[in-house]
Amino acid sequence: MSALVELSGVTKVFHEGRHNALAALRGIDLTIEEGRITVLQGPSGSGKTTLLTVIACLARPTAGRVRVGGEVVSNLPEAFLADVRRRKFGVVFQQFHLVAGLSAWTNVMLPAYPTGRSHADIARRASGLLDRLGLARLAEERVEGLSGGEQQRVAIARALINDPPVVVADEPTANLDSALSADFLGILAGLRDEGRTVIMSSHDPRVFEAPVVDRVVRLLDGKVAA
Amino acid sequence: MRAWINRQSLLVDYTLSALARHGGRNLGLFVVYSAVVFVLASTMLFTHAIRREAKALLTHSPEVLLQKLKAGRHAYLTRGELDGLGRLRGVNRVEGRRWGYFYDAVVGANYTLMAPEAGHPDRGRVDVGDGVARARGLAAGDTLSLRSAAGGLHVFTVGRVFSAESSLVAADLVLMHPSDWEAFFQLPDDVFTDAALSVVNPLEVRNVARKIGERLPESRVILREEVLRTYDSLFDWREGLLLAMASMAAAAFAILAWNKASGLSADERREIGILKAIGWDTRDVLTMKLWEGALISGGAFAVGFLSAWVHVFHLEAALIAPVLKGWSVLYPRFVLTPSVDAVSILTLGLLTVLPYTLATLVPAWRAAITDPDQVMRGTV
Amino acid sequence: MPGFPAGSVAPIAPVHRFRPVAALGLALGTLALGALLVTADLLKPRLPREEAEHLTRALGLTDLALVTEARYLRHVSLADLHSAFQDHPVAVEHFPAGAVIAPPAHLRHAPSFPSSTASHARLD
Repeated sequence: MSALVELSGVTKVFHEGRHNALAALRGIDLTIEEGRITVLQGPSGSGKTTLLTVIACLARPTAGRVRVGGEVVSNLPEAFLADVRRRKFGVVFQQFHLVAGLSAWTNVMLPAYPTGRSHADIARRASGLLDRLGLARLAEERVEGLSGGEQQRVAIARALINDPPVVVADEPTANLDSALSADFLGILAGLRDEGRTVIMSSHDPRVFEAPVVDRVVRLLDGKVAA
Repeated sequence: MRAWINRQSLLVDYTLSALARHGGRNLGLFVVYSAVVFVLASTMLFTHAIRREAKALLTHSPEVLLQKLKAGRHAYLTRGELDGLGRLRGVNRVEGRRWGYFYDAVVGANYTLMAPEAGHPDRGRVDVGDGVARARGLAAGDTLSLRSAAGGLHVFTVGRVFSAESSLVAADLVLMHPSDWEAFFQLPDDVFTDAALSVVNPLEVRNVARKIGERLPESRVILREEVLRTYDSLFDWREGLLLAMASMAAAAFAILAWNKASGLSADERREIGILKAIGWDTRDVLTMKLWEGALISGGAFAVGFLSAWVHVFHLEAALIAPVLKGWSVLYPRFVLTPSVDAVSILTLGLLTVLPYTLATLVPAWRAAITDPDQVMRGTV
Repeated sequence: MPGFPAGSVAPIAPVHRFRPVAALGLALGTLALGALLVTADLLKPRLPREEAEHLTRALGLTDLALVTEARYLRHVSLADLHSAFQDHPVAVEHFPAGAVIAPPAHLRHAPSFPSSTASHARLD
């Protein structure tokens, strides 16, 4: 399997130089392989979420290098980084971060708005995604009226609208019960079978001990544990 | 090109739905904004149109108007003095004007009673302006009774009523026969209120004016160009009630708009963070914000200006007119020829659109260029 | 497809739903009509003014009958410089229209005492 995401010596410090400076990541060297389901596991405070945001190009590392598909992205200007973010990554946030007041359908379509594709195109694809995730009859509902599990599936559909090769999910089962967690892992398996790469963070044993997971990376205090 | 249109139209879609989500507040802002533009544009259109009318009509005024002063007060000219003026070199023609003010207690209106030397009605008949006709409910053939200061009641038959078209110059006019005028005001047949002179060579008008001044030292000479200049600067904006009202409204609105536009709420900041996280870049976010500012301010300008246009040229400036009418019982009809001073309207447009759009854009800048992760955590 | 929950109905074809951009287009259309009205108004020939012009010439009129409240407002251009106990056109205003209508141009630079030659001195 080829390496899709490579991190070398990645460090991330928040509030650098101030009295409350916090080093969330300390010199991470990591290679994520293509077409696998990788889970970042560790207690809270271990830097999982931060690592995920750096991988998904949502934040830049304070030091070190991030390579995606062979090209270095950590020092790209913002516009180029945003382009990489849009094309390569689909992110499912722990709190979903859906836009309230809009329908599920519109939420799913949002990431594709600036791509230059026509409304009809995007709507068609969104419709298909919602249908595959069993949300067809809720498409016109406002997202704030949906249940936690439904909202998560909207978030997944949204992450897939631009057909990204990598899907990133942060603590996806934190708000789900066992049945929904199992459903969710099934969805992930389906994504992997389509050829996508899945990277998640979780401290939930139901996740990192699931058979569907290909690799578990343990994090402790901002470093990869042995 | 196609892609660009798609992107813009989808960004506008999002902008409009974002505006609609805070519907009440944005609608209120839009309405107030439009109202401010409406007041300013109405004022500008109205004064510009009146100035043009004045210019068009008063170019037919006499070249020189002469008033006699006695002991600092307005005095009458005699026929002898008029003849003397007529003999001055450079003076073509002298026409004595006879007119005066009359307060009609019946309706509380002021009229201008005039007795032209030529073209006057017959004895016992008057021609009235449309303002007089409206005030007293007159039509051709009706009777008009006026009580003079001396106490007598003078009864006239209305011959002609001037149309609304000439309202601006003739609204309060009552034209009568010279003998009737003398009888009404108890004045001899030898007096004239002032004199209208025409000169042989228009370029020499100031020299002629000087000569008149030498001949009649206690006179005031008013040139047509002065009349025109007066009407050009008739509505002095610095002291204008209209502008004062509009300025207060504009100031209140500016505070409101600035408050709204110059700070992003935590919600809006989060929303920008989410958009960036799901794949929008800085350009997209700022384009959206630009549309937001431009749609509101551009829309307000368009709505305000168009309503002002309809208001001034199709509704006879119904809301502004009372300021001019004041306590007048008699007033002209403002049937104005549509015209626009492109420069001032353009200025108004720029002032409406640019500051507001910038005020919407600038605070979004910081949020737009920050890493989405920071924005979503709330640590921008 | 494995892993995807059952229970969805037949796929919905993308319906051309109401889009805010369409509403904007409608609004723009209305404004365009308004702009047409403005253009049409501007292209119309000047309103007939023959009667007004005739009266101005025949009677030698010098002022518009805008305000009939006071004589210096009715005949702005003929207003006196000053007269004892008379309303002064540049005085503190007590007629509403007087706050909007400026005193005649040729008086604003005139010296304070009436003199025919003095007022001519400012004919520049």
